[in-house]
Amino acid sequence: MRLNKKVAPYIFISPFYILFLIFGLFPIVFSFFLSFFLWDGMSPMEYVGIENYKYVLTDSWFWKSLLNTLVIFILTTIPQHVISLFLAFILNSGIIKFKEFFRNSYFLPYITSSVAVALIFGTLFGVQYGILNAFLRHLANFAPFQWLFNAVNLQLPIRWLGDPAWIKPSIALLVTWKFTGWNMIIYYAGLQKIPETVYEAAKVDGANLRQIFFKITLPLLKPIIFFAITMSIIGNLQLFEEPMVLVGSNGGARQAGLTTAVYLYNTGFSYLDFGAGTAMAYILCSIIILFTLINRKFFKRDI
Amino acid sequence: MKAKVSREMVYAEKTFTGILKEKIIKLILYLILILGVIATLFPFYYMLVLATKSNTEIFSYPPPVWFGNNFRENLQTLLDALPFFRNILNSVFVATVSTVLTLFFCSLGGYGFAKYEFKGKEKLFFLMLATMMIPGLLAIIPWFILMSKFNWLNTFYPLIIPGIANAFGIFLMRQFMEDIPDDIIDSARIDGCGEFEIFIRIILPMSLPALGTLGILTFLGSWNNYMQALLILHDDILFTIPVALSKLGGKIDQNWGAQMAGTTLAIAPMVIAYVLASKQFISGITEGATKG
Repeated sequence: MRLNKKVAPYIFISPFYILFLIFGLFPIVFSFFLSFFLWDGMSPMEYVGIENYKYVLTDSWFWKSLLNTLVIFILTTIPQHVISLFLAFILNSGIIKFKEFFRNSYFLPYITSSVAVALIFGTLFGVQYGILNAFLRHLANFAPFQWLFNAVNLQLPIRWLGDPAWIKPSIALLVTWKFTGWNMIIYYAGLQKIPETVYEAAKVDGANLRQIFFKITLPLLKPIIFFAITMSIIGNLQLFEEPMVLVGSNGGARQAGLTTAVYLYNTGFSYLDFGAGTAMAYILCSIIILFTLINRKFFKRDI
Repeated sequence: MKAKVSREMVYAEKTFTGILKEKIIKLILYLILILGVIATLFPFYYMLVLATKSNTEIFSYPPPVWFGNNFRENLQTLLDALPFFRNILNSVFVATVSTVLTLFFCSLGGYGFAKYEFKGKEKLFFLMLATMMIPGLLAIIPWFILMSKFNWLNTFYPLIIPGIANAFGIFLMRQFMEDIPDDIIDSARIDGCGEFEIFIRIILPMSLPALGTLGILTFLGSWNNYMQALLILHDDILFTIPVALSKLGGKIDQNWGAQMAGTTLAIAPMVIAYVLASKQFISGITEGATKG
């Protein structure tokens, strides 16, 4: 059979729309439908109106998980972007050699499986025998660090994954370690699109590195920063693998590491409460969309 | 030319302290970059250290910082807990099949959008891009129900089929194929080539660089896919690597050496591929970001 030039493109692009219809759109619509029913997957479905939404919105664990997610989001997103922008700027400044080596090294964590690196960090975070605590104990032998640790009232050894106060920073540390390189690659690519002449002109005018960064690089990089932060919002608000492996599906001590994604997983697949689970999915995704809209507004105002 | 002259003037004005200051800044920047590299690579190094140490060496103070010779024993412990080599094979199978099918269907779709004019093209393309913004968690529960209705639980289909014609891949291929000259396609038509034949014989071979990039990203995504594999695969023998790794905690909780031996095997193929082809890995990431 020979394809007609008029029909061919429709056939070529059709697999995407067919697969999206079956595996994307249908579950999304069905999800919305399910969120108004009480169902465990086996017994008959029972229509309950907006009860599932009411239930989720009055569930203290849901709010706790949302708060956990937001705290981890802030603890990892801010350092990620500050560090990666800074690193990309240094690499692009023209005074550094071995750029490829640095760039490739920073990117390495991104290509490794989240589960694998979470297991590695699980050992680094060991209380008695973890290398991180051993390093801190070693540092504490030196007077300046001892003074510093006392000043912030740091008790060694740190129970990274056992102490509710430390669980979120520990998860955030892993996420930051994994994704800073990705952001850096994006920023570095964006920086390379800024023409050299812009910097030359600034240098001629006597601008120093700091002025160049704040007055030239940042404003010109805005669309890229907007994109990278959007990706951080979508990814970090759905954080699942890292907390799941580090502290387990119950979220660890006092559920301090229970993210909304993990709680959603539990609600759907452990408690088999499909109605509440899908309602929660819609609420979480509304929050994600809200965040991306706020982000867009924030960036559009200045562009 | 003008810029060059004024630049030399700037340098000429530099004093000794100015040069010293510049050197110190440079030194500090290098120091920061190197500290960053150490922080980035240390977890991998330490994984290798633990993978080669026995439990008694690991659980002692101070903890080990150099390699031991216990890798074989750790590996044996791992293999007693899980059919780990089979798990690796599963991952290789799923990732390979996903990649081959994805390359075919995404380049086909990309070609459709890049080189044809048809009614509704702009709208269909925008619609496709818009689906990329849908958070993956939104429909995970009905997706799982659908898979069980298909009788696809405990099979590899759910990990392969839904993604083989994905928006990102089609977008990436379209970006590349737009630069292929129309003349080549037109002259093939005059020679009597069919539309599909043109795609197979001319377009695919010309798109090798983009196929390489998309292939790497697809393989990587499939290799590291966790949540869906966790939902779908329930038997040890069918686990892919991420699921197998995540079950280790429950099986050999207190054996870091064996856990790290497994982790090493799990990430080694990707790291080796990355060292050999870092350019393709990175260009795939930046392509989507800076053009999109």
